[in-house]
Amino acid sequence: MDVQGNVSLRGVAVGYGPIRVFDRLDLEIAQSEFLVLLGPSGCGKSTLLNAIAGLTEIDDGEIWIGDRNVTWHEPKDRGIAMVFQSYALYPRMNVRANLSFGLKVARTPRAEIERRVRTAAEMLQIADLLDRRPAELSGGQRQRVAIGRALVRDAGVFLFDEPLSNLDAQLRSELRVEIKRLHQRLGATMIYVTHDQIEALTLADRIAVMKDRTFQQIGAPQEIYLRPANRFVATFVGSPAMNFVPGRIELGTGGPVFRSASLRLELPTYPFVQAPVDAAPVELGIRPEHVIVAPDAADAHEVSVELSEPMGSDLLAWTRLGDLPLSIRLPAETRLTPGDRLRILLPERRLNLFNVANGARM
Amino acid sequence: MSASVRGPHGRRPWKLTPARLGLYGFLIICALFFLTPLYVMIVTSLKDMPEIREAHILGLPTAPSLAAWSKAWFAACTGLTCNGIRVGFVNSLRIMIPSVIVSIIVGAITGYALSFWRPRGAVLLFGVLIAVAFIPYQVFIYPLVRIFSYLGINNSIAGIVTIHTIFGLPTMTLIFRNHFAALPEELFKAARVDGAGFWRIFGVIMLPMALPIIVVAVILQVTGIWNDFIFGLVFAGRENLPMTVQLNNIVNSTQGEREYNVEMAATLLTAIVPLVVYFVSGRWFVRGIAAGAVKG
Amino acid sequence: MRIGSRLSTHLALAPALLIALVAYCGAMGWTIWISFTNSRMLPSSVFVGLRQYSSLLANERWQVSVQNIAIFGVLFIAMALALGFVLAALIDQRVRAEGLLRSVFLYPFSMSFIVTGLAWRWLLNPTLGIEKVGHDLGLAWFRFDWLVRPERVIYTLVFAAVWHAAGLVMAIMLAGLRGVDPEIWKAARVDGIPAWRAYLFIVVPLMRGSFATAVILLAVSVARLYDLSVAMTNGGPGIASEVPAKFVMDHLFERGNVGLATAAATTMLITVVAVLAPLMYWQYRQPARRPV
Repeated sequence: MDVQGNVSLRGVAVGYGPIRVFDRLDLEIAQSEFLVLLGPSGCGKSTLLNAIAGLTEIDDGEIWIGDRNVTWHEPKDRGIAMVFQSYALYPRMNVRANLSFGLKVARTPRAEIERRVRTAAEMLQIADLLDRRPAELSGGQRQRVAIGRALVRDAGVFLFDEPLSNLDAQLRSELRVEIKRLHQRLGATMIYVTHDQIEALTLADRIAVMKDRTFQQIGAPQEIYLRPANRFVATFVGSPAMNFVPGRIELGTGGPVFRSASLRLELPTYPFVQAPVDAAPVELGIRPEHVIVAPDAADAHEVSVELSEPMGSDLLAWTRLGDLPLSIRLPAETRLTPGDRLRILLPERRLNLFNVANGARM
Repeated sequence: MSASVRGPHGRRPWKLTPARLGLYGFLIICALFFLTPLYVMIVTSLKDMPEIREAHILGLPTAPSLAAWSKAWFAACTGLTCNGIRVGFVNSLRIMIPSVIVSIIVGAITGYALSFWRPRGAVLLFGVLIAVAFIPYQVFIYPLVRIFSYLGINNSIAGIVTIHTIFGLPTMTLIFRNHFAALPEELFKAARVDGAGFWRIFGVIMLPMALPIIVVAVILQVTGIWNDFIFGLVFAGRENLPMTVQLNNIVNSTQGEREYNVEMAATLLTAIVPLVVYFVSGRWFVRGIAAGAVKG
Repeated sequence: MRIGSRLSTHLALAPALLIALVAYCGAMGWTIWISFTNSRMLPSSVFVGLRQYSSLLANERWQVSVQNIAIFGVLFIAMALALGFVLAALIDQRVRAEGLLRSVFLYPFSMSFIVTGLAWRWLLNPTLGIEKVGHDLGLAWFRFDWLVRPERVIYTLVFAAVWHAAGLVMAIMLAGLRGVDPEIWKAARVDGIPAWRAYLFIVVPLMRGSFATAVILLAVSVARLYDLSVAMTNGGPGIASEVPAKFVMDHLFERGNVGLATAAATTMLITVVAVLAPLMYWQYRQPARRPV
């Protein structure tokens, strides 16, 4: 079985009847890469995954897996394995049968089936569940079996369709780690669909953020997090959410300056993507954890604390800069009362400027 | 098609595989199996007797005529009289209309009472109703005949309507109760808080919301009552025999020469009403099956 | 509950209660009672124990009826289930003209048993029906006179009944098929499971509910078999296609032997309860373990 794992989408278009779902998508995924398709419901990420799997027909373009053009291939011939949101285990078969059914149908020799089932079961710690039926398993166990069923296929590309969405928070974080470990151990290419940005940030080598069936930004997690390409990506990724301050760019003798009702920031070294236009309306974004509390700084801004949310590991302070809300992340032990005044700095290298008209990064 | 230079691109070309061919082939054969009796009935009713005897039943009529239909409608012999099956048609209407109305009303009220109000013993009553739905009618018939003749309503329209209500009650109650049980209980509670009583809630709130299930109930009852034979035979009385009974008389009690074309015409005439209901109701018919089939 | 509403509820349930008590329980009880008496044309009150039942067992017409209904029941249910399921599975394959095909398979169910019986009786007419078609096509050896052969006539009833009911089974099965989690189909496709195997090993076990519903409905119509046999063969040739329901009706009204008839009816009742009760119990025990 060829274990080729690089995936290439060239000009892929998918439509349902007269409605075009995507048009001309291009995506290159390297061997052994963990790519996450991240986006809200309806953004098209699952459709794209189904197209890669061969479960949905594409209207135009080509899909290549390894060095083979698999555009017309059935899912079983594409060298892929898939894990579904609702586990989709075969209900009346026990775990061992679930894992081996596909291999039996493909006439794999029994010894080989045994070996693969055993390996997968050990990797996923489900060896003592082999004789149970899905109905007798918990949600987390079922999902492990579903992953096991994908493992035994010895595929080069693994596709995950929101596999953890049906689990509670604790199970989700457990299995997240398992999946990451699996990726490190197997080295297979993994394409993972989710709407949960934490999963994306923790698991991915690269994230492709999608909205309205187009790619908003494709890049490494840190890139997406620290330098979001547009306002949507900035809002969608990162929790608690980024702060936004509406204002204007002013071009003066000292270089570009951000001006809003209660804020004036000089931007000498801000890496503008396009040359800034004077009086252009912009939004300034800064993440709560990037705001620095600097009681002694000369050019600090003053904010008044409205309320604080202790979140266990740290504290989220909701303050007002003038009449604008600003959330700041502070160490958990900080003592605050409503009405306190804080002096803060907004470091230039942590700023994100967005064009108000189209949300793009400036 | 860009096969030569580019290789697979875009949509997969649709190929007629043997499997697909076999699939359609089997379905078409089955469709023919299902359509043949209807087809044969129609063509036979349009032929004349010599042609029926000469040619075989699958052949199309050479000179189609509605003579047999006219004879069936106006002059077929049902036992002693020869007034055609239109008598039966009229009787079936006279039986069906009141039966449908009464059985649905009683079923709706019973279903409503059992779903929302749940008095003591409601579960038991409902259980009895459901159990009866499975028991063959022959277990009940004779005593009912005696009771009805004692009450003086045997061999009358009132009698047959009562019978259809009695034996329609389980299914009607079931579908209405299930429909009401699926409605949010908050609706009912809000009405009670507003001070509405049993009948007002039924008439003003529940009945308007039951329109879909009423349609289903009408379809089920119209089809079931029109197609009924056994109750019409026993309880309707000689002047009120429904079409199905008359049809059977035409075919099974003819002495001497059998006029197959007339028989087939009469059969088709009997089948027309439910067939029309079926084709007009489309999806609703299937819904009716689903509602009646999901017993609990 | 307010007094007015309580009164209304009881008033509203009065017809149902009356029916349940008198028409259901009362009539059933009376039938059973009469079966223990020596009633002939009219009910008598002379208690004779199980004498009617022993006459019943010795009655040749009854023996043939029971044999017939057993053969009919098994064949009818098996064939209607199989055909209905296959039709549903095939239609589920995204065929064109699905609506049209469904209409064609389901329309027989809308027709009366009398109409069904007469249509098939004509179709299978020994001299003028299918047999003649075969002869006209040059197949002189072709015989299809099952309608008048005592050892085969019961099968003709099976054909007609399957024709009538297969569409119903198909509708029930289609509903069940469409309730299967679509991701299971996807998983099977990715695993490379061919369609027929997916149906047989994965989907059919999931459709226990639909199968049970279909079997129960079919079984009920087996017990009720009367109209069809009257229209198609009227019990003939001779008594070769007698069925229990017809036996009861004939002895109640034409042959004037109410005691024997009610004994037969009670036997039918006991059989139905004995067969359906375990089926229903098995069906209703399941809900605790809904498949994933």
